[in-house]
Amino acid sequence: MFLKKIALAGTFAALASTTAYACEIGARVSIVGNEFPAIQTVGAGAQECSGAEVTTNLTADHQKINVPGMQGNPAEYTSAIIANSSIVALMNEDVIRPLDDLVAKYGGGLQKSQLITINGNIMAVAFMANAQHLMYRKDILADLGVEPPKTYEEMLDIAKMIRDKGIMENPIGGAYAAGWNLAQEFNNMFLGYGGAHFKPGTAEPNVNSEAGINALNMMKALSEYMNPDFLTHDSNATNAEYRAGNIALLNMWGSRAATQTTAEGVTDAVKAGHAVAGPMTVGGGDTPASTLWWDGWTVAKNISDEEAEATFVAMMNGIRPDILQDPEVAKQAVWLIEGYQPTEAAVGVFEAAKMGTTPYPMLPYMGLMHTALGNELADFMQGKESAEQALADVEAAYVAAAKEKGFLQ
Amino acid sequence: MRHSTFFWFFLPTGAAMLLFIAFPLVSVVLQSIYAPHPAVLIEVENCTPLVGCTTETTIDQDATRELREREPLGRFVGLEIFFDRGHLAITEAREAWSSSQSWGEYFDKLGNLPFYRAMAFTLTFTFVVSPLVILLGLIIALTVNALNERLRGLVIFFSLLPFVVTPLIGSLVLFWMIDSRGILGSFIQFLAGDPSLSLKASTGLMWVSIIVYGVWHAAPFAFVIFYAGLQTLPQDQVEAAQIDGATRLQQVRYVIVPHLMPLVTFVALIQLMDNFRVFEPIVGFNAQAHAQTLSWFIFNDLGGETRQLSSASASSVLTIIGVAILLSPVLVRTWRDFKGKV
Repeated sequence: MFLKKIALAGTFAALASTTAYACEIGARVSIVGNEFPAIQTVGAGAQECSGAEVTTNLTADHQKINVPGMQGNPAEYTSAIIANSSIVALMNEDVIRPLDDLVAKYGGGLQKSQLITINGNIMAVAFMANAQHLMYRKDILADLGVEPPKTYEEMLDIAKMIRDKGIMENPIGGAYAAGWNLAQEFNNMFLGYGGAHFKPGTAEPNVNSEAGINALNMMKALSEYMNPDFLTHDSNATNAEYRAGNIALLNMWGSRAATQTTAEGVTDAVKAGHAVAGPMTVGGGDTPASTLWWDGWTVAKNISDEEAEATFVAMMNGIRPDILQDPEVAKQAVWLIEGYQPTEAAVGVFEAAKMGTTPYPMLPYMGLMHTALGNELADFMQGKESAEQALADVEAAYVAAAKEKGFLQ
Repeated sequence: MRHSTFFWFFLPTGAAMLLFIAFPLVSVVLQSIYAPHPAVLIEVENCTPLVGCTTETTIDQDATRELREREPLGRFVGLEIFFDRGHLAITEAREAWSSSQSWGEYFDKLGNLPFYRAMAFTLTFTFVVSPLVILLGLIIALTVNALNERLRGLVIFFSLLPFVVTPLIGSLVLFWMIDSRGILGSFIQFLAGDPSLSLKASTGLMWVSIIVYGVWHAAPFAFVIFYAGLQTLPQDQVEAAQIDGATRLQQVRYVIVPHLMPLVTFVALIQLMDNFRVFEPIVGFNAQAHAQTLSWFIFNDLGGETRQLSSASASSVLTIIGVAILLSPVLVRTWRDFKGKV
């Protein structure tokens, strides 16, 4: 038995060293991407390659800089780490290359489900899945004798109980910051009520509908149980509230689930009470009020073949299966990498996939809709105008932008 | 000066102005009257993890490239972008006018259009902050000037700090201080006796916070300029005023302020320009739900997942026009003074 273990350890060590030797690149690699733990792991893995310089620029502002940074010739960034929303911008501007030849040559370890195929071409390699789902304080819910909410209606009931008992004044958290976050929460709720953002087969907006009004009213009801500053709270600020023990229920990104209790200053009660569950449904619907995401990497079009090859090899090293042997890394995300065993923190995202959560729409004009939603919904959330008026404003703002970009005539 | 001498003398400046001022202006105007080509859309099959293959719409790159190569500037739209809802909103503003019963209702509807909402905030900010900055700067300058020589250096250093802090950082610092759990936020709650009071949740209080930040940040600038001006104040005039029995206030009113008047004009010009394109506090205060400005529109147009270059360019042109209108009274006056002297 003991010998077997040693032999196993030896094999692993040998495997690790061969892969380390394998990553030898001959041209520069420059990566731009979002910053959260899993992406930092991938970036660090790419940087282990030797032979040429590998630089990373991982920042929350990645989508402001990735398109301009890839439009030049040669492109500044040889790879952009993106999600299903942000690949659209890169596709629209035609700055990423098909990866079929590189996958055939170097992509042996990839699973078929990792290949993002658009119109028959592999355009990106996904390495993790993500979704927003419920996080909650099991200690508080247990004290109240209630199950974690399965629907947003139940969430409201539990929030009311917590407030009435005087446990917390504002028990619900949400990334409702005006702009991208608020729009995303609307998307979740809107899809949960069965809405579709566009009239089928066209770029015509379709949010000023019953589903849209229901979604806004539910968001308004939830916001009554939030910190009054909710329109300035993005994911980071919402998590800070959760970690400080100020909120008990929140809809949060799966990619944040594992690190929720590891930051500095997390109270012991939160550490012991933190739990995750699947996304909630709303209004009696079956589809969760959430969206399904993948994160992956691309290779720039305007670079030499050597650079493209080096980039592909380095990125492959960043997502090689043996990074999962580090238990810290394994729980950073729901990895799509071969050999991944779901951890406790992954329950929410897996549940989301199982429940048939709608993927975030990969449409060329979805970005404009998202921006319009982010700008125009804040008035309603502040009680300055009706839901109908807010949604009419969204459609008008979207139509103006879509006309400019040539999606509508 | 001979013409050729003047030419060679002026050439470097002229070339720099052409390169850094004229070309960008031409470029931004050009980009605002051209928009991207109509998108050629096709239905394709996409395959993604956990979901499988679905039929989705995407842009036909080959067809789009062909269009782009034929007309690289895009399609000419004239002033269409300027008049659309994101900018001057001509159609919507006219509709609001014809459907409104009263002025109040009209302004209400106008306030729902992004450009006019942004204007309401920008103009309020500009016309409240600029005079306050001048006044506060003058008061600090007079106070420091009256201080003991030894103390002066130290006081000047500390009064300059708000101006030294990067605007974005300065506004972030204030943003966290006025948070309902921050030191200033809690203090204001204590003063008002209302534990649920939140500066960030109220549009009015958010405006006040941003204005306070604007004054805090820019007052040292006015102070430095005025303080420098005070060093050139002829002492005999002040002494003459003192002999005539002028009080301290009268000295300031009739001797010091007239002496500093050209500097006041200068500070007013810079402040009007700066405040009209206010931007950093909106980002720093996360205030987009309560206050938006033209500069913030540009940032937002370029920061979304789909960049709107034409719209951002149109906002830039509108900013330039706005600054020109704001500065025109001062410029006209300077021009008149100049004509008077000749």
